[in-house]
Amino acid sequence: MNVPSLSRPLSASQAQDFQPERLKLQVENFSLHYGREQVLQDIHLALPAKRVTAFIGPSGCGKSTLLRSFNRLNDLIEGCVCRGDIRLDQESIYAPGRDVVELRRRVGMVFQKPNPFPKSIYENVAFGLRVQGIRDRRTLDDVVEFSLRAAALWDEVKDRLHDNGFDLSGGQQQRLVIARALAVEPDVILLDEPASALDPISSLKIEELINELKHSYTIIIVTHNMHQAARVSDYTAFLHQGRIIEFGDTDSIFTNPSKRQTEDYITGRYG
Amino acid sequence: MKKWTEGGQPWIWLSAGALSCALIMLLGTLGWIAAQGLHHFWPKPIYQLELPATDASSPRALSFLAQPLRSGQVVDQSQDEQLWRLGNRDLQNQEYLWLPKSAGAEFSRPENALRIERQAWGDLFGFAQALIWQETQEDTRQEQRVPAEAAEFWSSLQTQLRVTQALQQQIRLLERREMGRLNQQLEQIRRQLRTSASHDPDTHAALLTTQQQLLHDHERLRLYLQNLYQQAAQPQLEIRLAQGETHALGLDQILRITRPNALSFIEKLQLYLHNIWAFLTENPREANTQGGIFPALYGTLVMVLLMTLLVTPFGVLAAIYLHEYAGKSLLARWIRISVYNLAGIPSIVFGVFGLGFFIYLVGGQLDQWLFADALPAPTLGTPGLIWVSLTLALLTLPVVIVATEEGLARIPRSLRDGSLALGATPAETLWRIILPLATPAMLTGLILAIARAAGEVAPLMLVGVVKLAPTLPLDDVFPYLHLDRKIMHLGYHIFDASFQSPDPEAARPLVYATALVLILLILLLNLSAIRIRHHLRERYQRFHNL
Repeated sequence: MNVPSLSRPLSASQAQDFQPERLKLQVENFSLHYGREQVLQDIHLALPAKRVTAFIGPSGCGKSTLLRSFNRLNDLIEGCVCRGDIRLDQESIYAPGRDVVELRRRVGMVFQKPNPFPKSIYENVAFGLRVQGIRDRRTLDDVVEFSLRAAALWDEVKDRLHDNGFDLSGGQQQRLVIARALAVEPDVILLDEPASALDPISSLKIEELINELKHSYTIIIVTHNMHQAARVSDYTAFLHQGRIIEFGDTDSIFTNPSKRQTEDYITGRYG
Repeated sequence: MKKWTEGGQPWIWLSAGALSCALIMLLGTLGWIAAQGLHHFWPKPIYQLELPATDASSPRALSFLAQPLRSGQVVDQSQDEQLWRLGNRDLQNQEYLWLPKSAGAEFSRPENALRIERQAWGDLFGFAQALIWQETQEDTRQEQRVPAEAAEFWSSLQTQLRVTQALQQQIRLLERREMGRLNQQLEQIRRQLRTSASHDPDTHAALLTTQQQLLHDHERLRLYLQNLYQQAAQPQLEIRLAQGETHALGLDQILRITRPNALSFIEKLQLYLHNIWAFLTENPREANTQGGIFPALYGTLVMVLLMTLLVTPFGVLAAIYLHEYAGKSLLARWIRISVYNLAGIPSIVFGVFGLGFFIYLVGGQLDQWLFADALPAPTLGTPGLIWVSLTLALLTLPVVIVATEEGLARIPRSLRDGSLALGATPAETLWRIILPLATPAMLTGLILAIARAAGEVAPLMLVGVVKLAPTLPLDDVFPYLHLDRKIMHLGYHIFDASFQSPDPEAARPLVYATALVLILLILLLNLSAIRIRHHLRERYQRFHNL
């Protein structure tokens, strides 16, 4: 079995996850430059479906850039050039002629700071459907309710769906943004430090939500919070200076890292 | 002292001082303009001046009816000489008189002195003597004469004035509607005749018949109008002037008769408000030295609104391109700098450009295509409303572009990313997320554009603003908005009344009042735009916290 960059043996159940048909995303020999600066170097990675994978590493190590490569959000940055390939369900996402809009519907993303649109709660969630041209009121109502329930926000906002999204608290806003991402029925959800701007209780709610969501979605989370990574993720990749230093199941990475750099970072010697 | 400087106190005082200076200058200017402009409408008393005979050359004592100018209500004894307005421009050599204190004049305020505002020649000061009119009864004309002392004098005067004004109203309507329609039809026939002569003899003959018919109607209407004019001019008011001679004045010449010395405070206040209202709603008279400013006010408003309609789409689209698509190439940078610098070009240059490019080139070409039968008389190839608005739109374009671009730049990247990550295309993101958020900034640009455009004068003289326009740019005659018409403008009206006027003394208070109206108009336009912007900001209030 050839699992790129997996740096240690896996238990039997974990080996199941890395069966080729269960792999959601595969990164092969992926490099990325911003102008002359190389941000990612020769990344090899395989991410199993319906599991939570965490990217950890010091600031500027390229983990957010890698995350944004999965939905090609880096395309918009001027001077951004990439080599190598990323495959979603065995299909290359960087293939010429690949429909980026369709890709982004399958790969949802939640950002560091809550970024609700200046619209009502309802319209925030319905936005993804509206741009797909769906106008049917019933469909929209159903999807909005389903998404808000899935994001554990329904009970808090069901009576004020037409209030402005900004009227919610920070944690609620972040869950609203997650609901917004769920509304377009993605396979993969990318979370870019989703709880770093939130208070501890809101942060905990987001973690609980991630635990719920991983039964239906493949989740990739970038975080600076080691405890959070340890709590929510099944697998962890440690990045440093644009390279994957270590990738493995979360327990072994945190309890028994095989590389010195990983250990130093996790124990807080630098980062 | 050291502590005082270290605490940053001097800076606070300096900046506060600068602000107060600016405020004082601004409020001072506004206050001065308002005081001078509004003061003019308050009814002033009429004094009778009796000058003693000075030497052998003028043995007779002189007597005038006059209103004091510049120094307000009362006779100001503190000054060495005072300016008096004598009125009666057509009856005596001078309309104004600098009267030195040393002249030893005696003043009185005769209760029944009249101020008569006339259609022509300005005001007339005098005393009523009699009202004379012809009454036709069973084919015999009888002259009626009511002396001023008679009890029914004022009521008959009012009745006769009302009859005359009704006649004049009828004349105006006939001239504007019927005469205008006939002229328009004749012009149309004239054009058709020019082209049809060579083509179709039958049509040509038919056209000639219609033309004859129209000319006949025209002549009949002209005679009818002439008759009406004579009727209106027939009743006369006999007036005794200060020196004792009498003067007969046709009632059709009279706009209004007041007795300022006999008015109570309430009546004066009513007259004051009426004067202001008349100033805003009437046409100018006497080469813009009297009457109202309505066409200028209206023209300015229509021009600015049309300019707004023209500049908004251009400015916003250009800003969107510059910000969203142009990128950071050298060319884009140069274009951006050039746009910013356009704002600094003297406005007269825009005027010359408007004349050369819009009017001669574009307008001339349009005339060739659309109005060829009217040539060589130009329709669009001559200064007019559309060119004024276009030139101003060009002038204010940089302001709108810069403001909109800044508004676009202020929108957080995270919103854009959020929308794109949901599978919206960049265009959808722009329309659904970015542009709604940038509307307050666009409105800021428009506010600045309106303020600049409404106050601009120099380029307008070249592209379509005139001293006196006979018609309004927007009226109830098809096609309602007349893009080819010349317009009047408050700013140009100020320039014209203050520097081109045959009677600067009379125009002076009107210039202040016009300036006040212009400032208030700009304020009003801006306030409405600010209200809209405020409303929009309420809706998006907290996106700045992102």
